[in-house]
Amino acid sequence: MIKVSRLRKAFNGQPVLNGIDLDVPDGSITIIIGRSGGGKSVLLKHLIGLMRPDSGRIEVNGVDLGGLRGRALDEVRKRYGVVFQSGALFDSMSCRDNVTFPLREKFRLTRTNINRRVDRALEQVGLAGIGDKYPEEVSGGMRKRVAIARALVTEPEIVFFDEPTTGLDPVLVNTIHRLILDLHRKLHFTAVMVSHEIPEIFEIADRVGMLHEGRIVELGPPAVVQGSTNPIVQRFIHGEPDEQV
Amino acid sequence: MTEPAVTPALRPLEGLGRWATELVESLGRFGSFLAQALVALVTPPFKLWPLMGRIHYIGFRSLLIIALTGAFTGMVLGLQIFLTLSRFGSEAFLGPAVALSIIRELGPVLAALMVTGRAGSALTAELGIMRITEQIDALTVMALSPMRYLVAPSLLAGLITFPLMTALFDVIGIFGGYLVGVELLGLSEGTYFGEMQSFVDMGDVMTGFWKSVSFGIIVTWVCTYKGFHVARGAEGVAQATTQAVVLSSVLILVWDYFLGTVLP
Repeated sequence: MIKVSRLRKAFNGQPVLNGIDLDVPDGSITIIIGRSGGGKSVLLKHLIGLMRPDSGRIEVNGVDLGGLRGRALDEVRKRYGVVFQSGALFDSMSCRDNVTFPLREKFRLTRTNINRRVDRALEQVGLAGIGDKYPEEVSGGMRKRVAIARALVTEPEIVFFDEPTTGLDPVLVNTIHRLILDLHRKLHFTAVMVSHEIPEIFEIADRVGMLHEGRIVELGPPAVVQGSTNPIVQRFIHGEPDEQV
Repeated sequence: MTEPAVTPALRPLEGLGRWATELVESLGRFGSFLAQALVALVTPPFKLWPLMGRIHYIGFRSLLIIALTGAFTGMVLGLQIFLTLSRFGSEAFLGPAVALSIIRELGPVLAALMVTGRAGSALTAELGIMRITEQIDALTVMALSPMRYLVAPSLLAGLITFPLMTALFDVIGIFGGYLVGVELLGLSEGTYFGEMQSFVDMGDVMTGFWKSVSFGIIVTWVCTYKGFHVARGAEGVAQATTQAVVLSSVLILVWDYFLGTVLP
């Protein structure tokens, strides 16, 4: 369970997160939506411990991330898998080595065991035959799949997705969403995703949170958010431009 | 609580104060970066393959440029010192003059400057690109220390390769001086090397060694720090690379003077 309370963050005096309250139940897919530049990725970076809040608490299974440093923070991160917006694959390694890397470095496993788990992870994302291709030699969609395989190969409890479908065509967007849903059903991880793929995300989310001007203005099951009476939520969902442009 | 407004007359003073604070802060970050890298260097698990990769990247791939600059530095020195000494009829001292200049001063400094230009800049650019493409963040969230995987191996590789490359530069430089002095200008081989043995002692070699070791730390420290803290995309990488090369080069020359006054 992830619980965020009164989280605040400002850059150069400019508030970006303005008192976020959010809870992510175990085993759910929670998707944070909101305008570009609205602080979604900043919120995600706080959840994965890459940024420290100015105030507020982020609890993961009852442990306050804000009070952790070094190895203690790494212990929490060992339960994480993260899929970055750009994929963040190591470009000096082949796609397969990218997936192998966290297993080889974080766990004491035999070579056979590592190969078996890597094969399984690549198969799960439909890339069994990726071979020794490098990230620059494969398409954007395949890079996203490799990034998902790398995030899931360690069998994490919580997986964070930072706009995993950015830059993909609508077919690939749906393919990646379906893949995430399938993997979630098989592996039962807790997923936190930042996205602005409307309306596709309503088909895979258990809960949707709308972030606006540094606050969660709506949070609940997709049907509740879609039926929200909040005009900010409705304008965003229907892609209506701001009144003052 | 809001800060009181500063009167126009005091604004330059305020600017100076802000600059001084930022300078002290950045020096603190710079020092703490080295401390973290050194801690990662001496605490297990030790990563052998990243170290071998860095030795190859910084050392092996710089061999050609080191050999070339070493040879021509020695040849220029051989020619210029021979012409100068011949005015006093002291050509016999060509060997020691070339050897001392190279071993104590030019070998460590020029080798370090060459490696800064070739490998240091590439190190900054590589880490900078890893930073802006979130590869360093990816390592961090995997609970794997970027210091241990990226910075510490570079630092240790610098410590190992700089003295070796300086030694190579020295040997090739002295041979370059030999080619010009002995083969071209007719000095006897025995005089060139014999006088060298009389005038060059272990203290001179150690001076060059300690200089090269410290330059190895300076170059890898500055270049990894600048690459690690890149911001603002491709422009930031270009800026960091330039800053890394300029700062490393200046520090090499300043530190060389300082060591020159301290070491025997």
